[in-house]
Parts: sequence; structure tokens; C-alpha cells
Amino acid sequence: MDTTHMTLAELQRLLQARELSAKDLLSEHLMRIDNVDHDVKAFLRLTPDLAKEQAATADRALKAGEAGPLAGIPLAVKDVLCVKGVETTAGSQILRGFKAPYTGTAVGRLFEAGAVMVGVTNCDEFAMGSSTENSSYFPTHNPWALDRVPGGSSGGSASAVAAGEAVVSLGTDTGGSIRQPAALCGVVGMKPTYGRVSRYGLIAFASSLDQIGPFTRSVEDCAILLEAMAGRDPLDATSSDRPNDVRRDFDAGVKGMKLGVPREYYDVEGIEPGVKAAIDKALDVLRGAGAEIVDVTLPHTDYGLAAYYILAPAECSSNLARFDGVKYGMSDQEATNITDAYMNSRRHGFGTEVRRRVMLGTYALSSGYYDAYYLKAQKVRTLIKRDFDTAFEKCDAIVSATSPTVAFPIGSKTKDPLAMYLCDVLTLGGNLAGLPGISVPCGLSEGLPVGLQVLAPQWREDVALRVARAYEVASGVKVEVAPL
Amino acid sequence: MSNEDLDAPSGRSGHLPGERGGHPSSWEVVIGMEVHVQPRTRTKMFCGCAVGQLGDPPNSNVCEICTGMPGVLPVINKAAVEACLKTALALNCEIPRHTKFDRKNYMYPDLPKGYQISQYDLPMSHDGVLELDGRKVRIRRVHLEEDTGKLVHAGDKLHMAKESFVDLNRAGIPLMEIVSEPDLRSADEARDYAVALRTLLRTIGASEAEMEKGQLRAEPNISIRRIGTEELGVKTELKNINSFRALHRAIQFEVARQVEVVESGGTVVQETRGWSEAEQRTFSQRSKEFAEDYRYFPEPDLPPLELDPKWIEALRIALPEMPGVRRSRLISDYGLPAADAGLITADVMLANLFEAAVKAGAQARPTANWIIGEVAPSGKVPTPAVLADVVKLVSGGSITRDQGRQVLTESLSSGRAPAEIVAERGFAQDSDEASVKVIVEAVMVANPRAVEDYRAGKKQALGALMADVKKRAPQTNPKVASELLVRLIG
Repeated sequence: MDTTHMTLAELQRLLQARELSAKDLLSEHLMRIDNVDHDVKAFLRLTPDLAKEQAATADRALKAGEAGPLAGIPLAVKDVLCVKGVETTAGSQILRGFKAPYTGTAVGRLFEAGAVMVGVTNCDEFAMGSSTENSSYFPTHNPWALDRVPGGSSGGSASAVAAGEAVVSLGTDTGGSIRQPAALCGVVGMKPTYGRVSRYGLIAFASSLDQIGPFTRSVEDCAILLEAMAGRDPLDATSSDRPNDVRRDFDAGVKGMKLGVPREYYDVEGIEPGVKAAIDKALDVLRGAGAEIVDVTLPHTDYGLAAYYILAPAECSSNLARFDGVKYGMSDQEATNITDAYMNSRRHGFGTEVRRRVMLGTYALSSGYYDAYYLKAQKVRTLIKRDFDTAFEKCDAIVSATSPTVAFPIGSKTKDPLAMYLCDVLTLGGNLAGLPGISVPCGLSEGLPVGLQVLAPQWREDVALRVARAYEVASGVKVEVAPL
Repeated sequence: MSNEDLDAPSGRSGHLPGERGGHPSSWEVVIGMEVHVQPRTRTKMFCGCAVGQLGDPPNSNVCEICTGMPGVLPVINKAAVEACLKTALALNCEIPRHTKFDRKNYMYPDLPKGYQISQYDLPMSHDGVLELDGRKVRIRRVHLEEDTGKLVHAGDKLHMAKESFVDLNRAGIPLMEIVSEPDLRSADEARDYAVALRTLLRTIGASEAEMEKGQLRAEPNISIRRIGTEELGVKTELKNINSFRALHRAIQFEVARQVEVVESGGTVVQETRGWSEAEQRTFSQRSKEFAEDYRYFPEPDLPPLELDPKWIEALRIALPEMPGVRRSRLISDYGLPAADAGLITADVMLANLFEAAVKAGAQARPTANWIIGEVAPSGKVPTPAVLADVVKLVSGGSITRDQGRQVLTESLSSGRAPAEIVAERGFAQDSDEASVKVIVEAVMVANPRAVEDYRAGKKQALGALMADVKKRAPQTNPKVASELLVRLIG
């Protein structure tokens, strides 16, 4: 029995039956990390002391029969989620050494449910990137092919689950940062509806787009994790008090459901033939399970990328203003006036991509340019939402590839930011429209994982999970821990 | 109420200091006011921290939210919204159904997030009016925002400071910004506007509005133009004003300065100027030539507010009588002189005391005199019943005014009823003609010169005699004594 290759649901049963202790489960994972992470580099830092304490608490709760649904489950947390007393840096030098003074809501709820945090995972600096190569520390490697990227920005969280270093992990998704690395690493990853999970404690990149979501080895695990952290939070005014019904009709199948295939996504520029073939096969499986596949259209897709790369940088330019070297993090000590102190701290503290986006966003919000850029982009965002509303009149959910390509070689796109931005072309529409979206593994292309994306209407995580679950069952594709 | 409230330091004439330039009537002063008011709330605008007190230890009322830690989010304080809406309603503003918050982006060490959450194009309210002695001052908008922290420099001057410290106790404290149209025409009017605003805020309970505590901060925008012209001149904005007196003086100084600049052939530069209390002058702080671009955009962390019309209506109905309306009513219903009615309605507590004491049977005019002459300067407010008793005892001739004053003081400190104090102290006034005659005769004997003077027609000599009566026997009824003196001397 190798516990590092099992699902949350399987481990839950073993733990509840007292056939496995949280302590042993933890030490097997710490050993696995020790064995593989020098190759994968999923973790920026480990939290063994916290983990041991949480595992002991979980064992006591399990013994007393009072365990929460995640009792004893090893969890990895992306470096943008604040955990009290743990160094949290958003992958950036500017926060090097910063220990968060509080624990954010989503992580806090998982802790309440009994999760055991093993460490902090690598990501693109401030979640800006699609390959985890923008981490200011080191790149993370794809467990399926160590010379390739794991995707991003939550690449560390995706590869930790793919490599058997954690049973589940948390990421954040602003334009695809959960779904795309999930696809590239061959695991399940979900971005909930905007407002489903509290953002309190998430170091903001683009506040109107950011959502926290899970990485898991099965759709069921994904539903369990989401359910444990979803729901209204008085500390996040944008969180919703809608019922936490994400597991409703989970096993009802897709018979009679209409699944829309947007032609703009199906034939997206640059889609690899192997990816397309895997998606065709997945559509056949869904058809075979009783779903009706229908054509839909999202006519403003072409403008989505442009709108996204105005809105997200605009918000980031404001969100990142607090990193000024005055209160915490890197602080220039040489400057003789406040302007130089700001400039030096930020010039040395932020990497190239972050500075690029802060400058883009500052420009887009400037007096005289606001209408032409920010306001125009907001209008495009409204049109994109409307596209999805219209499409969902014809179908229950939308299916497509998650990423046009499989994992690409490390260093192959770092010189060309625009090529990197295109990684998000199939995912960022879901963020602009605030929709829930899930990526499930749907086979391999050239020996590398391909992801199937399911998008559902707002607040219909139940639909996205149900379709993904039906695919998982019908296809028999089981998430495998990467052959390391 | 401090003395300063009632102070009109340099006369209410409104003459331009620029008159010495020899063109007394050629310039018109145009003033608009931006007033920041701290609404009465327990907690800050976007977090649960206490608003605290002036003088709290630095950074004692702070949390991860108001210090701008990574990952935190704001949540709107409903009490602040309510105070802002009440203020807007009291100022006859229009309140839209839909309002939102925006980010005003700029970097400064006292601004922990690098942006201030404020309101830009959809404020909580707009287009109101404040009546000022029958004149209407238009209110452009009343909106909500958050305060910044405070920098403390080691050393007197910023550029000399070796170290600077940041105190974030004030960061995130709610502020209402009340912006008027440029409808004020003198330093007097500007001061009266600020005082009227404070009275209104206290009346509706929206703020304590203590200027000295920084709960009300007035920033006048000042320009001058040739009388008869419509075009507005270049304006300057004044800051660092922390009293009504300073407001008045700063405007007077600034107007004189602008007149001098223009009359000597120069042009006024658009800028922010500080008021130096020590030097009693304004000085250039920062030029608008290098105005910051605040890059306003909608605050994505706060959903737009949809204001429930039923809530607004309930707040409107619950508003108390406005000070201007009450003032007119005190004049017409009680026959008070306009000045007295103005002084009493300037403080809602005094106005309530007045009406309650009159209701308890005290006469209106003497009650008003007691409130203006005794209660307001002392700052200690008796219950209406106590004040009514004292007024009745004095006007009925039972005790002297001096004794009344003592009874009031004693009652305020011990809480006992005035009648009880009068009885205990034997304060009953002596009106018995036989016993008063003994005193009066003794006084006449002791002051033969004054008696002669009075007989010779110097009526004011009676005052000296009465003073001696009061000295020898303070409980003597002055009315009885003076009548007896006149009769005995004549």
C-alpha cells in the first residue's frame, strides 16, 4: 500500500477505520518529498513542525470519532495564501522572510476540517505566469517530464499532487492558473465561481478575477475539498451566501445533458493535433455516456485575451502598491528620500514580469487612457459574459481542451511574453465571466497529460463536477502519479 | 461648547484686508469648502478595529486589515454608511439607488495599501443645500472614504528628520467628505458655514465634530475675481486648519495675499497651501502643476451598494428638527431675540434644555438668559427640572441671581434639588420692608457723599449705595432696597 498514490476518498476510509494513522501518512509523504522534490522542486519550503502538530491533532480526533472530513490528509498550499507564522512570499523576493500574521479563510477552513499542511508550493511571482518559471526562487519541473514546465501559475501545487508529495493542494486561478497546470500535470484542478470561496488571505493579483481552488487526484476529492472551504465569509464582501450545494447530483451522470463545444475553443489557434485528438476521444466518451454534444459559439473570444491583459494588470498595479518596503518585506536602506526608497525596493523586489504588468496596468488606468483601455476592456468583459449566457441557453455545460498544448520545455517561451500569454486563451474567459471550471485528465499526447475543461454557469459547480465525474467514470481514466 | 465657538475674532464686517490696497470694492471673494468629518462609529471603515481616542499609544488600534497586510480585504461599516446617509438627508441631498467605492491610487508611507478607498463618480449623495442665515449654500456631494495614518518625524522639519515613524491608528477611520459649491463670499461666511455644519452634525448625531480632535477638518478653496465678472479666478486650497478661528484668519490672510499678488501684476498659482498657526500665515505646500494622477477605478473588493429606498425613508423620517428650522421656531413660538435663538440652537443639547425647562414652567426669556449666561459658558448642563426651578426661584423674587448661580452650581455637583439647597442654606431673599429699612438706613449713614450726589441729580450714585447694600446683606431683595433708598433719600 503506497499511500502517496491514493486519493483523498480512499485515505479517508483507511483513516476513519483506523487502519492508517495521520502520523504515518504524514511521514510517508515527508519521505516521498525527500525522495522526489530535489527533481520536481514543487515546494518552496516545508512546514514539518506544523504538519506534525496537525497530524497529532487529527489522530486524536480520529480516535475520538470527531474527525473532520480532511482529518490527517496531507495538504500543500500555494505561496500566495497566508498561513499564520509561515513564510508567505507570493514567489517574490519583495516578501522574502515575511511571515503572515494571520491565516486566510480557505486554508483556515481546511485546517478546521483536519488537513495537515506539509509545505508551501512554488508559483509564478504574484501568480503572474503560465509556467512557474517566473518564480523568483527556481522553476518547478513537470513530474511527467522533468525538462518541461508544470504550467502555472500554481505549478508547484499541481506537481506536488502529480508527484505524490501531497494528496491534495490549493492553488489560485486568475486566468487559468489552476486549470492549466492541472492539465499539464495530469491532475484534477478546479476554479470555483467567483465568490464561492473567500479570498481573505489570498495575496491579490487581480481582485475581480482571483479564486482559490483545489488540486486533487479525483473529481470526488475535488468536490470534497471545495465543499470544505466554500461559503460566505464575513471577511470577504465578494463572497456569496448561496447554499453550499456543490455535490448535489454528483453521481447523476450526463445522460440527457447537452454539452456545448464552442467552435472558437475547438479550433483555437495553435492547438496541437494530439490535444485535439484527446479531446475528440473525450467527446466520444461523453456522447457514449448519454450526453448530447452541441455546437455553440463564443464570438468575442478573440478579444478576451486583450481585455484580460488590460484588466488584470490594472488591478495588479493597484494591489501591488502596498509592497513599498515600508511595512514588511524587502526594504532599500540606501535611499535618502522616500521616492528612491520606493523605487529601489520595488525595482529589486519585483521580477521582470511583475514590473511589466504593473507598468501596463498603471498606463491603462492613467488619466487620458482610462476610457480607451480600462473602460473598453470592461465593456469587452460584459460582452464575453453575454456570450456565455447565450451559450448556456443552448447547453448545460461547455467542454473544451484546458490548454492548447501539452507541457512545453522549460525556457521555450520565457523570451516571448505574448506566446506565454496565449497559454490562457481557453481558460481566462471563465475568469472574466466568473464561471466555475474544472480540468480533468483525458489521456496523453506524446506521453504527456492532456486536460478536458468543463465550464458551467455561475454557481453551478454541481454541474461542472457532475460532468467531470461522469467523464472520469465512463472513460476509466484514473489519475496516475507521475512515473518518477 | 468652547468659548471659541461664539468668538467673532476680527469683527463680522467681512471687509477685505486688501482694502488697504486702495480698491476696496473691486474684488469678490469666492470660497468653496471641503469638509472631512469623522462619523460617530465604534469601529473603523473597513475593519473591526476601535476608532480609539486622540493620544492612544501609536499603532494600538490596528489589525492586519488597516495596516494593509498582504491578502486582506475591506468590509463596509454599516454605521458609517448610515451616518453619511443621515448627513446627506439633513443637507437635502439626492441619494441615488446605486453607489460604489473606488480606489484612489497614490503612494505615501501613511497610506498602508498604496491606495485610499474613496468614492469617485457615484458618491453616496449629491446636490444638496445648507441654509445659512437665509442664504442657500449648495452642497455638491457627501461621500464616504477612509482616513490615512500619521507620520511622526524625529526633528522639526521633514527634510531635517533623521527618522520618521508611522502611526496607523487613524488609518481606516471613516470620513465623510462634504463638498460645497463655491457659494461662500467671505471669511465670515466660510466660518459660519463650518459652524452651521458642525451644529447640524451634532443635532442629527452623525458626528461629535470636534475640530480640535480632528473630527472635523475644513479645507477652503479660495479665489478672487473682479466684481461683476463671472469667471472664477485661480484657486488655492488651504490645509492644516484646526479651529474655526484659524479657518477665519487663514482665509483672511489668503484673500489679502491673492489681492496683493494680482494687484502687483502677478498671477495666483494653483496650489495647496498650509496654514501656519505659529506664523499666522499660509505657505506653499505643493503645486498642482505636478498634480498626481490618482488612477481612480472601481474597488473590486467591494460590491456596489444598492441602497434600499425603505431604509433611506426610515432614516429621513427619524431625523430630528434641523437647527435652522428650530431657530425660527424659537423666535416665533417663544419670542426670543434672533441672536439668543441662534446661540441656543447652535447646540442641540442647549436647545433641548431650553424647551424642556420652559415646558417645566420656567419663563422663556429668563430661561434663555440663564442658558446663554450661565449654562453655556460653564459647559455643565443641568436637568431641565433643576434649571426651571432655579429660574423660577430667581424670577419669583425668592432668591437673588447670585444665590441662584450658587444653587445651580451646588445642584450640579451634589445632584440635590434647588429648593432643598435654598432651604438648607437659608438663601431665602429678604424682602421684608422693615428689616430692609434697617440696612438701607445704615448704608445712607455710611455714604453721605453718595446720598448728596443723588439728591443733586446724579442718578448713578444709586449704584454705589446698592453695592454697599449687597455687601452688607447679600440676601436683601435688590428691588425692595432700591425703592426704599429712592423714597428715603427723596
